[in-house]
Amino acid sequence: MNRARIRWHILVFLAPAVIVYTAVMIWPLFNTLRLALFSVIEQERVFVGLDNFRTLFFDPIWSEQFWNALGNNFWFFLIHMLVQNPIGIALAALLSHPRLRFAALYRSAIFIPTILSFVIVGFAWKLILSPIWGIAPSMLDAVGLKALFAPWLGKEEYALTTLALVSVWQFVGIPMMLIYAALLTIPEEILEAGEVDGITGMAAFWKIKLPLILPSIGIISILTFVGNFNAFDLIYAAQGALAGPDFSTDILGTFMYRTFFGFQLQLGDPHMGSAIASAMFAIILVGVCIYLFGIQTRMRRYQL
Amino acid sequence: MKRNTLTLALATTALVATSAFAQDATLTIESWRNDDLKLWQTEIIPAFEAKHPGIKVNFSPSAPAEYNAVLNSKLDAGSAGDLITCRPFDASLALYDAGHLADLSDLDAMSNFSDVAKSAWQTDDGAATFCVPMASVIHGFIYNKEAFEEIGVEVPTTEAEFFAVLDAFKEDGSYIPMAMGTNDQWEAATMGYNNVGPNYWKGEEGRLALIAGEQKLTDPQWVAPYATLARWSEYLGAGYEAQTYPDSQNIFTLGRAAIYPAGSWEISGFNAQADFEMGAFKPPVQNAGDTCYISDHTDIGIGMNAATDNPEAARTFLTWVASPEFAEIFGNALPGFFPLSSTPVELTDPLAKEIVGWRGECESTIRSTYQILSRGTPNLENETWGASVAAIKGTSTPEELGQELQDGLASWYEPQQ
Repeated sequence: MNRARIRWHILVFLAPAVIVYTAVMIWPLFNTLRLALFSVIEQERVFVGLDNFRTLFFDPIWSEQFWNALGNNFWFFLIHMLVQNPIGIALAALLSHPRLRFAALYRSAIFIPTILSFVIVGFAWKLILSPIWGIAPSMLDAVGLKALFAPWLGKEEYALTTLALVSVWQFVGIPMMLIYAALLTIPEEILEAGEVDGITGMAAFWKIKLPLILPSIGIISILTFVGNFNAFDLIYAAQGALAGPDFSTDILGTFMYRTFFGFQLQLGDPHMGSAIASAMFAIILVGVCIYLFGIQTRMRRYQL
Repeated sequence: MKRNTLTLALATTALVATSAFAQDATLTIESWRNDDLKLWQTEIIPAFEAKHPGIKVNFSPSAPAEYNAVLNSKLDAGSAGDLITCRPFDASLALYDAGHLADLSDLDAMSNFSDVAKSAWQTDDGAATFCVPMASVIHGFIYNKEAFEEIGVEVPTTEAEFFAVLDAFKEDGSYIPMAMGTNDQWEAATMGYNNVGPNYWKGEEGRLALIAGEQKLTDPQWVAPYATLARWSEYLGAGYEAQTYPDSQNIFTLGRAAIYPAGSWEISGFNAQADFEMGAFKPPVQNAGDTCYISDHTDIGIGMNAATDNPEAARTFLTWVASPEFAEIFGNALPGFFPLSSTPVELTDPLAKEIVGWRGECESTIRSTYQILSRGTPNLENETWGASVAAIKGTSTPEELGQELQDGLASWYEPQQ
């Protein structure tokens, strides 16, 4: 009788990816979760169970910062969902129009900011919006709207929205490209069949194209969610670790950075920092699960 | 085969080269003073290397705002340099307690410094000193002399005169009266609150009383500086809310602003940038003839990484840093960083000389939040940044700010409970 042979080649081919992924992703992740359960007392690392989380959620000093950062994160996400994704879809619909000229040029121009570094984007926009050297005040002045200008990045009520819109400017190319690709896969015959039935123009978009690209929109939403709740770079590049003015742009990423590594006279606390990182992980995990089990499994798919 | 021989030959050369270097010690200095890179490389390090052949020194700074975080990670990972530029007080004390900084109490050259100078880098009981004091910075106001002559105003000494000068500039309109922004937050606290504040809380007297728990942040002498800051907003440039620290520096050195609330560390940068004559005046007192208090803040020290491979070379360097020779070079190479050595150093820069002269006229103190009071969470220094900004913007009243800070401090600091 032929015994089933161990198929070594499967192990060999899987090993590099598994080893690298474990070393740089899985191990640090679990170590961070573990670190969140410890604290330093009298120079000794001691196991404190869920104490760090109790401090984070119930100590007014910590919880105020945490909820503020979480709230800001939701606002950041909301702006992206309400501005970035609809604009991305609209741009994709325009670009996929067969009679649009220079489509490739527009596509590249809109996509280019996506490949820029956060630091460049943060710094460039900081300069553009600067009340002292920026071109924003003079451009508004040229059209007689100088009164509308405010030092947006320095005002508590505008700073976060301004940064969210800068981020939208940078990343609007991603939903555009994904939707554009989805729109291209819709066969001509379906649209022609619709035309025969009298569905043309805008109606064709709403009734035929949109239902067909819904799964892509779902994927974009989840990418936006994960990206926004992990965001850090743009805020840090534009406003620094204190996420000013008065913590109005503080998101979980900057809060975690400040706590973990310390800031100015405040010393770093890796254990509280890990607790915040674990909370971020949990929030993202819950969000992704809600999407996967609550929305994606129920989404209607059409055979093209 | 031929290629292999060549590789082998190259490898051997590389090995020989490394071992040749290994005989000499190379010291790496961790620092946040990236502005001073050139001065270290062209003046300070050559002066040391000329005296001590065989020791190479490498100055490797990181950005000021990231320094503490970067340094802590490097120390934990064991990749930090041999010499560590020390922030004053708790940041360095924590490094010493964690065993990252070596005890330098037995370094003979430590006797060149006064107790006050060493206090920023000692354990609370003063038993161990772990950094050699390098320099202090003094707060005050730097002004554009030409602008003052043009408008015809005199240097103010009292607060009433100070605001009269600002009013004169505001009325004239050709200069922004004062160059400061609130975007980076620390300027408002460091160059605002802790600049004018010592005149209210009487320097050391108030600072030590606060540490002892005899005064509270809700007391009038601690709240009044916020009320003064609140008056500043109308003299700052349009859009000061989004004005960053470099913006303020540029506005002043381009000659667009008349007065710059300063720390003396600005001097060398300003000398290079500004093409007008500058003067300095000390924080104005409330009434003419009052004793003046200045913030003469112990700012930089240098210590030894306890894990260094070259402790002997590092101690040689630190002994040299404590010598009058270094004080002379450092004080003049970096006007505005005033040496703390007990031997007086003759400074050549007129602006630096003017500012260091205040030490003779006024009582010196250090920033109120640095010693002990920023040890817990919430951190009083960081809270003061936010409070100073809120005072200038007028988003909270001075009384509210005092109460908020007091509550935060009392939540963890026993003498204030």
